[in-house]
Amino acid sequence: MANFYLDNPSLKHHLQHPLMKRIVELKERNYTEAAKYDYAPVDFEDAIDSYEKVMEIAGEVIGETVAPNAEDVDAQGPQMINNRAIYAPGTVENLKATTQAGLMGLSMPRRYNGLNFPMVTFIMTSDIAARADAGFCNLWALQDCAETLYEFGDEEQRRQFIPRVCEGETMSMDLTEPDAGSDLQAVMLKATYDEAENCWRLNGVKRFITNGDADIHLVLARSEEGTKDGRGLSMFIYDKRDGGVNVRRIENKMGIKGSPTCELTYKNAKAKLCGQRKLGLIRYVMSLMNGARLGIMAQATGLSEAAYREALAYAKERKQFGKTIIEFPAVYEMVSNIKARLDASRAILYETARFVDMYKVLEDIEKERKLDETEKAELKKYKKLADAFTPLGKAMTTEYANQNAYDCVQVHGGSGFMKDYPCERIYRDARITNIYEGTTQLQVVAAIRHVLIGVYLSQMKVYQSMTLNPALDGLKVRLAKMTEIYEQITPQVADTKDNEYIDFQARRLVECAGHIILGYLLLLDADRNYEAFIHSAEVYIQSGETEVYKIQSFIHRFNRDQLDSWKIKA
Amino acid sequence: MSLKIIVLAKQVPDTRNVGKDAMKADGTVNRAALPAIFNPEDLNALEQALRLKDQYPQSTVTLLTMGPPRAAEIIREGLFRGADGGYLLTDRVFAGADTLATSYALCTAVRKIGSFDLLISGRQAIDGDTAQVGPQVAEKLGIPQITYAEEIQSVKNGKITVKRRLERGIEIVEGKLPLLVTVNGSAPGCRPRNAKLIQKYKYAKTASEKQDATAPHIHLYDARPYLNLEEWSADYVNADPKQCGLSGSPTKVKSIENVVFQAKESKTLDSSDQQIEELIIELIANHTIG
Repeated sequence: MANFYLDNPSLKHHLQHPLMKRIVELKERNYTEAAKYDYAPVDFEDAIDSYEKVMEIAGEVIGETVAPNAEDVDAQGPQMINNRAIYAPGTVENLKATTQAGLMGLSMPRRYNGLNFPMVTFIMTSDIAARADAGFCNLWALQDCAETLYEFGDEEQRRQFIPRVCEGETMSMDLTEPDAGSDLQAVMLKATYDEAENCWRLNGVKRFITNGDADIHLVLARSEEGTKDGRGLSMFIYDKRDGGVNVRRIENKMGIKGSPTCELTYKNAKAKLCGQRKLGLIRYVMSLMNGARLGIMAQATGLSEAAYREALAYAKERKQFGKTIIEFPAVYEMVSNIKARLDASRAILYETARFVDMYKVLEDIEKERKLDETEKAELKKYKKLADAFTPLGKAMTTEYANQNAYDCVQVHGGSGFMKDYPCERIYRDARITNIYEGTTQLQVVAAIRHVLIGVYLSQMKVYQSMTLNPALDGLKVRLAKMTEIYEQITPQVADTKDNEYIDFQARRLVECAGHIILGYLLLLDADRNYEAFIHSAEVYIQSGETEVYKIQSFIHRFNRDQLDSWKIKA
Repeated sequence: MSLKIIVLAKQVPDTRNVGKDAMKADGTVNRAALPAIFNPEDLNALEQALRLKDQYPQSTVTLLTMGPPRAAEIIREGLFRGADGGYLLTDRVFAGADTLATSYALCTAVRKIGSFDLLISGRQAIDGDTAQVGPQVAEKLGIPQITYAEEIQSVKNGKITVKRRLERGIEIVEGKLPLLVTVNGSAPGCRPRNAKLIQKYKYAKTASEKQDATAPHIHLYDARPYLNLEEWSADYVNADPKQCGLSGSPTKVKSIENVVFQAKESKTLDSSDQQIEELIIELIANHTIG
């Protein structure tokens, strides 16, 4: 009986983080819902116990159903029949099992039939799902669109759609178009108001839409005729039951094959406006994307978990020169690096998820009543941290998923290049993570702002000021030294006030912040659970330290005149 | 339409993953070394019951299990998957029962429950592998039975249509309610535990479990009556002690042997049609295949 929650103790470790107590009491409004719902917790211990039991169900369904289906789903993929995207049989089975297990709508409020679980647990199910099948993880994680629908939709829309998501209907976010990828301001799909029918009508084309034949779509469209930028865009809800959207093509992708990526044609499709006009991109899609980025971090972490397990199993089994290959330094170094990057990914994944939980729940409470001063301060603090950690975490974890998958194939040697082992699927699946929902290069654009205004630095100092197990002092001192270097090179770049130069060095500064913050987070993990995390903390901080010195050296020795030699002259 | 369905289920030692310590020196099963699980084919039976409830939501699915106090776990597992309730038949008097005494005890409990439309159980349990208990219960209750079911295809107008999986094919039969169905392992597996139901029922306990419990949520039991699981004694179901347990069991286990399969002789065949045909005939004759 494979259980992907129970066999992975680091998940429970993150579920038991001290901040959970605050998150849960806010989320449960001091446990007042127990009087109304027979499945609501009566206190903190009860809630955590329920989370664990439900994660155990998720671990079982994913371990017993999703994981064994992964290979066939990858080979078969979805099919296009009569302009509909038809899932692979394994995908259908996966969705049925997860729905029967009552896992859909995990984070939605109980009044819409959800479980009212924190984001941390929702992210955990994505982490678990991606380890089994990263493509399925997409369909799974897209239920996060319901979060946006809940935040910005009106009460009637919430009542109409959220219970359906809890019943297992899937969602999609229809943003990208042939000429609007990273630059969503260029979206052209046209929304016009139909006075006769008293509804909106959508016309145009969307491309690269993950799960494009979903039951419920959130669609970014141009509602303001004659506009050309983001301010003319609004968000709409399209219900497949109304018809009007067809699948024109399913992309033939390198990986995540179980998740249909569709080109869609909208022909007078009936739609509902979600939220206010003109706020589609600047407000709602930004929020949607932040949620999606956290989801991709979870997907990347799950893929790293799979890569680690596959690499370790193979290295322990494969014998060459009379011993198992894991005994060779060249191999154990690779495996240890995978593990360290995996644990570091998980550390920032859940730290970010907690920050998101904190600010989202406080924003939700703010709709019911006025926040007190403490709560207001918390909201401000955690929103800022979530904004800063999301792009940093997405950049770090997705690049690591790629490096881990790469090393995992390398550990397998020639066998890794064959279709015989899951590592080649992991390798292909990981490749999209640092591309979609904003490439790493775009995450750097978002994160560099937080480098320049000092959000990361002040959080490093918060971590530095914590009292930890004295056995960790050595590592802590090294992290303090790394922080000093970061503090010194940041103004070296920023003070030039040369935007092109800052952009050029941005990735290095963001990565430097990443190495330090992820190092601190592993240190905190080792403080709570020394045995489980000390090796990864040591390996990660040692490598991170080298990276920080390398970055320092690069920036230090870089003469701004040299920038010219990096430019491509056609 | 609403159906009253009773599912007979058993907690068994997990004999599918036996380690070295699975048998004691005296040849009996070392139950302590094997995890206690929901008998696999009883889960297939539960799924058939739950599918009828999906179809006719007014129906009730009730579990009945006999075993030691810890077998209350079977009832909880059923509740987590969508059953409405259950009864644990537990008493020292029932200990050591063979299939005759077991079916007698289950019958008394079914009578105590009262009316029902359908009794569904797994074909057999993985500890004894007799496949006798279900049929004996039906006989004692004087109701018809359909064994080896793979799918309950429909229930309407007091009639049930069942697909049976037999050695050489399938058979579709009809029966009149009330009736007993035993379900094969080839039937669809049971649905997973449900996230809401596990939260609702996780504290469900029998009276004796509550005594042991140092649970911090003891105050919940009055407010939430569905958390109190029913535990029935032999006396309560009016069972005759002489027909229960060891004293009601004519079957006596003389000894148990640990069988180790070994290849004794080998044979070399060429790939001619004739030799292959001879081999097939031989294998059918000695019941290796067929």
